[in-house]
Amino acid sequence: MFADTLPGDQGAPYVVAAYLVFLALLLIYLAIMGIRVARMERDLTELDDLVRERRDTPPSPEQEPERIST
Amino acid sequence: MYGKGLRGLSVATIVVLVGAFAVAAFYAPLDADQGFRQKIFYLHVPLAIVALAGFIVAGLLAIQHLRTREPIWDLRSYVAIHISLILGVAVLVTGAIWAKTSWGVWWLWDEPTLVSFLIVFLLYGTYTPMRFAIEDRERQARYASVFAIAAGAFVPICFGAVRAQPQEVHPQTFGSGELPGSMWLTFLVCLAGMALLFYTLYRFEIATKLARGRLRSLRRQLLDDAPVQRRSAAPII
Repeated sequence: MFADTLPGDQGAPYVVAAYLVFLALLLIYLAIMGIRVARMERDLTELDDLVRERRDTPPSPEQEPERIST
Repeated sequence: MYGKGLRGLSVATIVVLVGAFAVAAFYAPLDADQGFRQKIFYLHVPLAIVALAGFIVAGLLAIQHLRTREPIWDLRSYVAIHISLILGVAVLVTGAIWAKTSWGVWWLWDEPTLVSFLIVFLLYGTYTPMRFAIEDRERQARYASVFAIAAGAFVPICFGAVRAQPQEVHPQTFGSGELPGSMWLTFLVCLAGMALLFYTLYRFEIATKLARGRLRSLRRQLLDDAPVQRRSAAPII
């Protein structure tokens, strides 16, 4: 439909191609950014689990602070 | 934390860029000489200007790095070059498409504007491998800054010299006084959109790199890891 309205004799396919190339490059860049953010989210979840695990684990006896006898 | 204001900036960029391309498609008049194919002008020229300006800005940021020795300036300079290189790819591809539809060939080796842009692009193409080749972080940052300053100074000199030369077929965009007001307005809107796009991508990249650095540091603290000596091109904050 849109192609019918474009002046084909004036290089319209090339104009469309140029804008599509720009869009494609932008999308590729955004996809790479998305992958990087997903990797960061995974690392963050790992650290979050680690912190939770340490908080839930009771400290071992040798790590307990010494009691002061009065 | 690192991405403060990025949502608003992204929305503004999308609105201005989509608006600019709509103005280029429906408001800007058809060129008497080139007809519809001249519409590539509103994409190709703003891209080229913003990419080259990005290289110059990277040089200025590198000066700041050498003055203060703070790694954040090195990161900013690195990211500016990184984004400009991506836009540079788009400049070369859209330029080749425009050349094909206007002149019937994808590339002309005796055209100073085309070849000089390619030289600048290839020059900056060596920036990342150069960083990668230097293991010591401090030395890497210093050498990269010197490179960014020297290459950033080369960009305006190179294009000044090219513009002083008689062009074979590449049109002189400015200075001929032949661009009507509506075309100028469209061009300026497209330039604003492209500059916003550059700044948004730049901010995204900086935010990602800072967040990644913080994450790495937290990981080291939690796991009591010794800092891993990696050879990397990207500055680590």
